[in-house]
Amino acid sequence: MLLEKILRNRLEQKKILLMTHIVLGYPSFATNRQVIAQMVDNGVDCIEMQIPFSEPMADGPVILKANQDSLALGTTVADCMAFGAEMSRLHDIPFLFMTYYNIIFKYGEERFFRDCLSAGVKGLIIPDLPPEMGEAFFQLATQFQVAPILIFAPTSTDERMAKLNNSAAGFIYCAARRGVTGKKSEFDDDFNAYLARCRAATSLPIAVGFGIRNHNDVAAITGKADMAVIGSETIRLVEEQGAEAVGPFIKGLR
Amino acid sequence: MNKDGFFGKWGGAFIPEILHETFEQLKSSFKEAKEDPDFWQQYLDIMSTYSCRPTPLTFAENLTRHFGGAKIYIKREDLNHTGAHKANNVMGQGLLVKRMGKKRVIAETGAGQHGVATATMAAKFGLECTIYMGEVDMLRQRPNVFWMEKMGATVVPVKDGSKTLKDAINEAFRDWVTNVDSTHYVLGTACGPAPFPEMVSWFQSIIGTEAQQQILAQHGKPPARVYACVGGGSNAMGIFQGFLDNNAVELVGVEAGGKGIATGHHAARLCGVDASPGVAQGYKTMFLQNDDGQMLETHSVAAGLDYVGVSPILADLAEKKRVRFASATDDEVMQALDLTMRMEGIIPALESAHGFVQAFKEAPLLGPDDAIIINQSGRGDKDIFTIAHAFNDPSWKEFIIARGKEYDK
Repeated sequence: MLLEKILRNRLEQKKILLMTHIVLGYPSFATNRQVIAQMVDNGVDCIEMQIPFSEPMADGPVILKANQDSLALGTTVADCMAFGAEMSRLHDIPFLFMTYYNIIFKYGEERFFRDCLSAGVKGLIIPDLPPEMGEAFFQLATQFQVAPILIFAPTSTDERMAKLNNSAAGFIYCAARRGVTGKKSEFDDDFNAYLARCRAATSLPIAVGFGIRNHNDVAAITGKADMAVIGSETIRLVEEQGAEAVGPFIKGLR
Repeated sequence: MNKDGFFGKWGGAFIPEILHETFEQLKSSFKEAKEDPDFWQQYLDIMSTYSCRPTPLTFAENLTRHFGGAKIYIKREDLNHTGAHKANNVMGQGLLVKRMGKKRVIAETGAGQHGVATATMAAKFGLECTIYMGEVDMLRQRPNVFWMEKMGATVVPVKDGSKTLKDAINEAFRDWVTNVDSTHYVLGTACGPAPFPEMVSWFQSIIGTEAQQQILAQHGKPPARVYACVGGGSNAMGIFQGFLDNNAVELVGVEAGGKGIATGHHAARLCGVDASPGVAQGYKTMFLQNDDGQMLETHSVAAGLDYVGVSPILADLAEKKRVRFASATDDEVMQALDLTMRMEGIIPALESAHGFVQAFKEAPLLGPDDAIIINQSGRGDKDIFTIAHAFNDPSWKEFIIARGKEYDK
């Protein structure tokens, strides 16, 4: 089933969906398995799995360090692909890959899409690949039915949002603010106006990420967005309290 | 360049969405400036009054006699204000920042020259300034850190990754996506997302324009060959542009051979076999990376050449065989530096000395009617700690120990 359809089905049961983020191979694939199991058991609707890259330009300190540590432990793209296939088999929620374009470029674009399709991975988030730079990529995404998820930013004009929407599938990822991942966001009037612009620009479900850390943040966007994205916060939690702290944290978000 | 910023198959603008609008603004400001003759005149004026343009073309008589071949000329970018060609790009971008009305500039720096130049420009134009510098490079180039801070810049040590130039670039991008409304990123070389490669090359073309006229005046005809070191590639692009349309002039880019190409400890992207096409830091070029696309550690005695990528324009010129690429090892660089200081009383930067190495190898093979130009992109006195250490100079060591003891009291 296509990513958008899966999310729409889930939205019939819930007021807001939750997407979480993990960095593959950090602190280990074994811990990734435990964390994902806890996330799924506690109602997470979608998980983005980041394939580590040595130059994660759009990520803040928490995810940056996780990328570096994972690579230092020897994580390969092939390991990540195999892990993605394993998780998709094991759990009945959609899994996505998030990474930077060089990983896909070096792997071979067509081979990457083919392997994603056979692994059951439903979508890709590639923050450094705007549509105008990825003609082949977006064609392959359509051909292999792996959703290319695009990002709206507060600096995006209405015209730009419309253009992005034409290339996007699955859902739109709305960055809550300027900056990199892992810092606090304010969900104020400006944010609400921005989110209304996002909603008007697309008929896809919209997710909000960057700086969502707790129950209040999720409550603040419920009714306005379709999905809340929890990124750096669970990585911090695993670092500080271990994998078993993830379940109760996720449970308390909605 | 095509409309998406590609040179052949290299370049482009692989940027996060948050930067899209700011790049649109930058592209249109740059286009307007390029089409406005007053802008270039304003640029020439400031470069002749605030920096030392035109910089001389020096005939290296003693080196010429020593090698017994082509006449060796040196383009003296070391005589720019702040001691390197970096000033050309920075003052140009500074004028552009004023046009765009931004109040804050950020920059990455490797050797520290670009950081010092940016801090200087920010002081002159009254802009707030933050410089990102790899922790390893800060140790290598401590005097430059001192000057940047003295000129009012905040210098932020980058402790991620290899703690060198590429990591400083990543961190500058992170700052930019956060402060995009107020801030311009003064990228220091002809790399990064479009329009930076074209824009930086345009400001640096002042080197080639001057050199082309100077060699005609002094030698009576164009040079046989032009040599320039290549880190990101801005000084090479600068001087090469004076000769690109004359196919009789051979253009030679010299990369960091480090401890030797065979050792893997180098930064040779275009003349070695270790680099492959990739997309990182916003552009597509030849990167030193592994099969998974993870960037490798690079090595050079010269911090300014110690970089995983290279200008997409040079990658294209290499592919078209318009520019030939060679490499110089750390040891060869020290020898060329030593010889140049003793014979000409000129101190090239460690980066620039890479160009001298290849020129010295080839000068004897050419005749006395031929001229060659070496672009001395910067001056070497900034490298005193590295050079003195590499020469294992005993009296310098005594001085450092004595000064250390003085501060210890």
